[in-house]
Amino acid sequence: MNFFLTIVLDGLIQASWLFIVALGLTLVFGILKILNIAHGSFYALGAYIAASTVTMVAARGLPPSVGFVAMLLSVALIAAAVGLLLERGLLKMFYGRDEVVLLLVTYAVFLILEDLTKLIWGVNPIYATQPYELFGNLEFGGLYYVGYDLVLIPISALIGFAIWFGLNRTVIGKIVLAVIHNEEMSVSMGVRVNRVYAIAFAFGVSLAALAGALTAPKISMQPGLSSDVIILSFAIVVIGGLGSVEGAAVGAILVGLARAASVHLMPQAELFVIYLIMAAVLMFRPEGLFKRETARRI
Amino acid sequence: MRKELHPLVMIVLVAAVTLFGRVLPTWTLSLATVAASNALIALGIVVLARTGNVSFGQGLFFAAGGYGVALIANTWGLTDAAAQVIIGAACGGLLGLVIGPLIARYSGIFFGMLTLALSMVFYGALMKSTALGGSDGFNVGRPSLFGMSFTDPREADFMLYAVSVIVTGFAGIAATILFRSEFGLASLAVRENNLRVEYLGLSANRIISINFLIAAIFAGASGAFALMAQRHIDPQFAYWTTSGEFVFVAVLAGNQSVAAVFVASMALELVRSFSNLYLPNTWQLVLGVFLLGVILFLPRGIGSLWIRNGRRRRISTTAPLTAERGATP
Amino acid sequence: MNRFRRTSRAAIIASAAATLLALAAPASAQESFKLGIVTFLSGPAADSFGVPARNGAQFVIDQLNKGAAPSPFEKVGFGGMKVEPVIIDENGGATKQVQELRNLYQRDNVDVVLGYIGSGDCLAVAPIAEELKKMLVLMDCGTPRIFEESKYNYVFRTAAHATMDNVGLIRYMKAKNIKMTTLSAINQDYAWGQDSRADFVAAAEQLYPGVKLQTDLLPKFGAGQYGTEISALVGAGSDVVYSSLWGGDLQAFVLQSVPRGLSKRSQLVFSAADHVLPPLGDKMPDGTIIGARGAYGLMSQKSPLNDWFFKGYEAVNNVYPVQASYRMTQAILGLKAAVEKAMSKNGGKKPSTDEMVAAMTGLEWPSPGGLIQMKLADGHQAIQPIAFSRTKYNPDLKRVDLVDIQYFAAECVNPPPGVKAIDWIKGGMQGAKCN
Repeated sequence: MNFFLTIVLDGLIQASWLFIVALGLTLVFGILKILNIAHGSFYALGAYIAASTVTMVAARGLPPSVGFVAMLLSVALIAAAVGLLLERGLLKMFYGRDEVVLLLVTYAVFLILEDLTKLIWGVNPIYATQPYELFGNLEFGGLYYVGYDLVLIPISALIGFAIWFGLNRTVIGKIVLAVIHNEEMSVSMGVRVNRVYAIAFAFGVSLAALAGALTAPKISMQPGLSSDVIILSFAIVVIGGLGSVEGAAVGAILVGLARAASVHLMPQAELFVIYLIMAAVLMFRPEGLFKRETARRI
Repeated sequence: MRKELHPLVMIVLVAAVTLFGRVLPTWTLSLATVAASNALIALGIVVLARTGNVSFGQGLFFAAGGYGVALIANTWGLTDAAAQVIIGAACGGLLGLVIGPLIARYSGIFFGMLTLALSMVFYGALMKSTALGGSDGFNVGRPSLFGMSFTDPREADFMLYAVSVIVTGFAGIAATILFRSEFGLASLAVRENNLRVEYLGLSANRIISINFLIAAIFAGASGAFALMAQRHIDPQFAYWTTSGEFVFVAVLAGNQSVAAVFVASMALELVRSFSNLYLPNTWQLVLGVFLLGVILFLPRGIGSLWIRNGRRRRISTTAPLTAERGATP
Repeated sequence: MNRFRRTSRAAIIASAAATLLALAAPASAQESFKLGIVTFLSGPAADSFGVPARNGAQFVIDQLNKGAAPSPFEKVGFGGMKVEPVIIDENGGATKQVQELRNLYQRDNVDVVLGYIGSGDCLAVAPIAEELKKMLVLMDCGTPRIFEESKYNYVFRTAAHATMDNVGLIRYMKAKNIKMTTLSAINQDYAWGQDSRADFVAAAEQLYPGVKLQTDLLPKFGAGQYGTEISALVGAGSDVVYSSLWGGDLQAFVLQSVPRGLSKRSQLVFSAADHVLPPLGDKMPDGTIIGARGAYGLMSQKSPLNDWFFKGYEAVNNVYPVQASYRMTQAILGLKAAVEKAMSKNGGKKPSTDEMVAAMTGLEWPSPGGLIQMKLADGHQAIQPIAFSRTKYNPDLKRVDLVDIQYFAAECVNPPPGVKAIDWIKGGMQGAKCN
């Protein structure tokens, strides 16, 4: 029983930060129809900015809690700004073209951001561990868990709920949904679609960056962070269904549990079990587990 | 009527490029071999892209071809270069035959994602298979040709160069003939509107599957070349960033002219080679900016630099690699 | 027309004469020795290994070119020839490195290539150098497979391989009476991690008979996040947790596992951890048993050579040298010794590849880390002494000190020539000369 609980808890811890990343990706696709390959680069960006902020705050002698808040704020702001710049400055030039063109553009952005991160922060691993001790340790089932890891679970659940609520129960959410369903009609109804796109993109990438910031205290930031995250978030988004918030949640939980289970039970499968699930879902339900009906134009 | 190159002229070009290898410096020879093999796999992507599906997982067949050849070479001592190419192509083709029909019903992003997922599954399996050397891969002996073995490094490199250029050249000629054929035009039609193609009595899925098979065969052969040139194989062959580079070459080349694929591939190899020496941490940046520039200013790839087409709207082999959404038929 | 022919003929004769003169010029001491150096300048291995190695290379080459090294390395450069380094990045994967190796030999015309940290890279480039008949000196990679799976004439490795690290570790644990009835392991899933684990487990079965291997994890190289793995390790609660993790991965593992009590539940044993001590500082738990893959850094033994290197390096780089810097140094010094030996045999000319190869085979030379002896693989693979210790944080100096240092002679922890390392261990380590 304990063993089972360990897997579930480990899986949920993994799922929580995966969910935040995947959420951003699925939102960007749902609203802008862009599959953002550079999404992982924003995750890395968030992690690095968080590290710098935490280090700066610590150098001034302020307590780690201030560092934690400061890092979240700075990451959200900077990532949103970069996202806005990217969308308005580059991506909008390619609207109206094939989905694959935008995919290639985001691939180019991924390449560029990879090297920019190396140029700004160097190639050495960086650490920012002060916030990791903020929430103490917890004993559970004979094992020690770091409070920080566990706290991420309710945080991500909160974010997920907030997004879902925002999309489905508020006026702004309804406007966004309208833009998703039919852009032309929304324009003719007076919606500032360009603004919706810009804000949606900025929001989506800030979520990725936020996930990076939240994970930063427990890992070492080094180049190569983004490649693995991209592929994982793709898997989740595909499993859950592109554009679906619930799908991202379910996908993240599935992937998190799959990883935890394979490490404990069958370590050889760890690397490809996720892609196997992704391929299986694509084969049998290509729209994902939570598909949204879209009309097919003949 | 567009001026089109006669296949015989193309054969002469291939022969000329091969002979040119005698005067190239040695380090350029192995570079050119890698460029030729990359061009081959990018050509496959271009062939497939004409049906509107861009494959982001060619690494799967690339690795399958490479590992297949490597295993056979190490187990049975088969080192003949020509045989290895055929085996590589066969491995890729076999896999493509199995997978093609399964994924032909998907289009656009889902097609791309599925190919990506399959190549990553293969990558994961390779990484964990200690029998195949795991993440380190393993080495392969020197290739020979028709019973002759080459001990002088320069001669050996030239032999590989010649084989790769000739094979890729003939693949290019075959592709050009394909593009001009009825089947080639039908492929373009599938990209425009596959439902209408069905109404016309053709099977869109079958067309896609056959194009996919061709791409897989090219990728498998390319894997054999990469193996022969590097004498080493590892799971990185199947990683998504490797597949991404092939797509990059395909996009850079466009589908205007087959020769553009070689030029694009060679350009990539040269940039990669010198960037390590002079700009160690910025070559991805250069690549990314380059890619953006091509998408913005040369949407039909660098092939459009030397091929002038008539009316852009005309449905022909001059349409861009990636179709414009909402283009009028 | 006439004038054109005259000038062109003059030009041809002039250039022919110039070429002949250039070819006829004897190899003088003004000639330089072009040395290709390959090490990680970017990527996860850069900070912990690649950059210290490069810094070590730059320090030693500067000193050699000034003739400032102590005896027996006082000659300027290599036998009077100034050393001209060409440093390239090892990052990008084994297949890329193969192409880069060719570029170094064929395009950049280096005389010898020296370097390589990644075991996968070493395995890939060795056969290529052999084919090209050019000299390759592997300096850092640890997998024993290089010379156990193939024979090479042109390839050398100037540092001992992973077997020494793990056999030595077991002997140290035995000497310090560390209890080990149960064992768990976490290693990166590639040649280095797999071979280290195999050697450690085999050696453990010899000196701790009946030891039980519980949780055995092989996460991917560069994974960086070990939450689930740590749960498994803490849950197993073994006496000893062994790891050959290094670089960013090891740092992340320590940072994530210590708050979760792993170091309190199990004795942590790391075979190659000295390089993470400066960055981790007080985050490294006290009492962790570590190795440095040699008698290096804070475990190095006093000698004029070591004083010159340790103090000189620290003065230039503001940090003491770790294992990679030492290994790079012993490689360069070994090459220097080989070149000068070849030159003494051929009358002082710049030696050919074959002459250098003959000189280096079976060579012995002193280094800051001890005596290096090319005893294995027909004189192509080195053996050297090793040291192990425990960590203890020093709050006054604000650095991690190493205590309980114990040294082991080369022949105690390295296999003898002619037998595969894993077979030697499983056979009871016959012929080991320990004191």
